[in-house]
Amino acid sequence: MLERSPVPDQLELLRTRYPQPESAQLAEIVYGILSTLNGDLTARDAALLSEVEELAATMSRARAEISALRADDINQSHIPSATDELDAIVAHTATATDSILECCERLDTVAAAASPEHAQVLRDVTTAIYEACSFQDITGQRITKVVGTLKAIEEKVAHILDVFAGHGGGGDPPPPPPVEGDGLLNGPQLPGSAAAMGQSDIDALLASFD
Amino acid sequence: MAIDKSINVLIVDDYKTMLRIIRNLLKQIEFDNVEEANDGTEALTKLRAGNFGLVISDWNMAPMTGLELLQEVRKDSRLKTLPFIMITAESKTENVVAAKQAGVSNYIVKPFNAETLRDKIEKVMGHA
Repeated sequence: MLERSPVPDQLELLRTRYPQPESAQLAEIVYGILSTLNGDLTARDAALLSEVEELAATMSRARAEISALRADDINQSHIPSATDELDAIVAHTATATDSILECCERLDTVAAAASPEHAQVLRDVTTAIYEACSFQDITGQRITKVVGTLKAIEEKVAHILDVFAGHGGGGDPPPPPPVEGDGLLNGPQLPGSAAAMGQSDIDALLASFD
Repeated sequence: MAIDKSINVLIVDDYKTMLRIIRNLLKQIEFDNVEEANDGTEALTKLRAGNFGLVISDWNMAPMTGLELLQEVRKDSRLKTLPFIMITAESKTENVVAAKQAGVSNYIVKPFNAETLRDKIEKVMGHA
């Protein structure tokens, strides 16, 4: 039974007894408090209780809306599908790059039998193609970063569902995944980002050690 | 200083496409004795068993990264002076500093061109 103490004290007591009340439970508690006040409600108390009532209603609406969102689809369908599509991009670009490289290797073979002038032209062309084909490595690493981000979103969505949509007991959010390798794997930086160093910056930094 | 292009070069990367690109670029600058490894562990085994004059390694590999491979190479009494070039997309200052502190001979950021590869090889082989 709640004692007749100031409303803030009663709310603190409730918070201690019910750290994570259900919205219906909270509404019941609010009405219970109101019924014990017997007309000695001050304007400040009334405003506070009105806000608590509104909070309970908001929580109830939020829970209903999250349940109606079919948020499970995000984890069960949308994210796995997006991850599969990204994996397919990596596989297709790898296949295409291998075909391009195979053509270049044949051109190099032709260059070996060509006149010195033509051989140089062919080598210059194949060198440029080899350089350009390294895009596949960079895009692969960028896509791996995106897949990691999607997995992090998946975990966050699962946690929100646990807390608000009654899929489980809530609790603490999942810990971040363990750092792999030597802990310095940042992946490719976006061109022009402050963190990205170009080859000339790296050369200068290395030279500063000498 | 003339560079000995008959040396054995070990290239290390978990992307087969990248190994193929580097192998072809090396061939164009007349390094024909090229072996491949798919990660740091395989590379270390090959380095300890063979006779290599240069290592060109990616950083981002599992289970042993390029940085861990470099650290193992520098701890090995037979391999500790082996020229070691890191070719990686890791372009943050902390990465370059960590590689330098681990004893990297030179550092190439991806995407790179053939001229940069040739220049860095000449630099490290000249100092070898």
